Amino acid sequence: MRAIAIKMLFGDSAKFYGILLGLAFATLLIAQQASIFVGLMSRTYALIEETPQADLWVTDPTMLFVDDTKPMQVTALQRVRSVGGVKWAVPMFKSLLVAKLPSGARQLCDVVGVDDASLIGAPAKMVQGDTSVLRRPDTIIIETRGARTRLAQPLNPADPAGPKRPIEVGEELELNEKRAVIGGIAETKPTFQAVPTIYTTYSRAIGFSPANRRTLSMILVKADSPEEIPALRARIERETGLAVYTPRDFAWKTIDFWMKQTGIPINFGIAIALGFLVGVAIAGQMFYNFTLDNLKYFGAMKAMGATTPALLGLVALQGAVAGALGLGLGLGVTSFVGLSIPEDKLAFKMTWHIPVIAAGAVIFIVVAASSFSMRKVAKLDPAEVFQG
Amino acid sequence: MTAAGASISCRGITKTFGSGDATVRALRGVDLEARYGEVMALVGPSGCGKTTLISILAGLLQRDEGDLSVLGDDPSLMSSHQRTQWRGRNVGFIFQQFNLIPQVSVVENVAVPLLLQGTRRREAIERSAALLAEVGLRGREQSRPNKLSGGQQQRVAIARALVSNPRLLVCDEPTSALDGATGQRVMGLIRDIATHGERVVIVVTHDERIYHFADRIAHLDDGKVTHVSTPAEALAESAARMGDAAGRR
Repeated sequence: MRAIAIKMLFGDSAKFYGILLGLAFATLLIAQQASIFVGLMSRTYALIEETPQADLWVTDPTMLFVDDTKPMQVTALQRVRSVGGVKWAVPMFKSLLVAKLPSGARQLCDVVGVDDASLIGAPAKMVQGDTSVLRRPDTIIIETRGARTRLAQPLNPADPAGPKRPIEVGEELELNEKRAVIGGIAETKPTFQAVPTIYTTYSRAIGFSPANRRTLSMILVKADSPEEIPALRARIERETGLAVYTPRDFAWKTIDFWMKQTGIPINFGIAIALGFLVGVAIAGQMFYNFTLDNLKYFGAMKAMGATTPALLGLVALQGAVAGALGLGLGLGVTSFVGLSIPEDKLAFKMTWHIPVIAAGAVIFIVVAASSFSMRKVAKLDPAEVFQG
Repeated sequence: MTAAGASISCRGITKTFGSGDATVRALRGVDLEARYGEVMALVGPSGCGKTTLISILAGLLQRDEGDLSVLGDDPSLMSSHQRTQWRGRNVGFIFQQFNLIPQVSVVENVAVPLLLQGTRRREAIERSAALLAEVGLRGREQSRPNKLSGGQQQRVAIARALVSNPRLLVCDEPTSALDGATGQRVMGLIRDIATHGERVVIVVTHDERIYHFADRIAHLDDGKVTHVSTPAEALAESAARMGDAAGRR
């Protein structure tokens, strides 16, 4: 009977495609919006992911998220280095600065200054050149997205608004009226602020930025042994009075800020809820109508000896098949859209949780719709088959 | 006690629906017997209780009072689950509107009762195809029901009703959705292939043109069997009524 139940579902093509598209659309909305939300949130802590060498991040205690730099006194670095269990501690500078491009245009850039000696914090994946170029005078590294977009230069210098080409290695910018030569181009994760990121050394970055007594944005720390990280974290906090985070905690602190201080979660939440409601309204209703349309056949089957549990099993099977196909189609389209649009144009990150959540939503929709349908089938009086 | 050779025996069967002012006494003490190998027609005006009676005989409804024996059992004394299983084993149904599942093939429609009883799909399909050949639908096994004429659809319904070899065949207005000639052919088919010594066929009908396919005709009125006649007697009574009505006009 399972084959007949499935043929009944597929055979009513108008309703089947309605149910399928309703579930697929609901899945698409839920999974895509959730993936974009996760993608956007993951961009907020891109710098942390780009710096895997650090076991701990030390910041000013009032810092709310990774871009909320609250410079510390440079002596903080020595205080951290003096804590037992620290293998190494290096400074990091991070600030938004305006760059003057070769064309004369100005562009806000995120300048990251990494440790002069070790270059810890420099981008891991270089497309042109390597991180050692930072040891040359006045040299900076830019990232590919920035080179292609915000830092791109007009093909015809006389027509700044005309077609553009990516800025290239060897070209020069001005940062705070200081010369900065592009020595390399890196591939980095997109950031939430979507401004070009410029990497240089810590000391050079300080030179690029306006004079300030406090220049130390963050301190990256490596523990003597991984087992000691929790204890070391507590020790640094206790002995320096600074805030100390593991990369994971720092990322979550950043996400937490954006979740609580912005309307982003509500906006995405509304879209996800709408997807869910679309699923309930369209697919649920259509599935219920599909069952109603077939009620007389279920009634005939009941008269012919089908037990109520057997009929409920058929309805459940129809719901499960429709749900699985709708979920699969929805997730497939979501993945296709997400993967076919370039990363710098669409923040898309489908973690394993998202298909699970979408599956949960689809299961809820199907179970809800099926239970209404099942109730109708369970209450069906087989004697009604003679009512015409 | 069931009379010798009687497959169905009803004594004083009553059935009431609703309560209070909405009470409907559908059956008011039905007495009826039908024998194995017999085709019995139930006739009478609309609302006389024909459908209620066949629903009780087929184990779809439970009687309120009276003695009932259908194929040696009283399905009204069974639990709902037991009656469902009893129907599956013993009763074949032919419905007024065929009730064929439009999304599946003709042969699968016929196989439904077997599949519901747990018969393996392959065996069910083979047996169904054989029965379709018997009702003259060889070569149409994979057609969808809506591609067949009304008469062909009713043949499929006959095959479906007989595929599990039931001992009671219940036909509810089997010709009402068919033209006269097709109705005759369908009833002829039921008479030819459904009737044998171990089965009783009950046909509810308003169609006098098929009376002659029945062995006996039970006349119901106001919830009771008023009398049982032969087809010839029933047609004569009908003609007399028509004559009286014409005379009054």
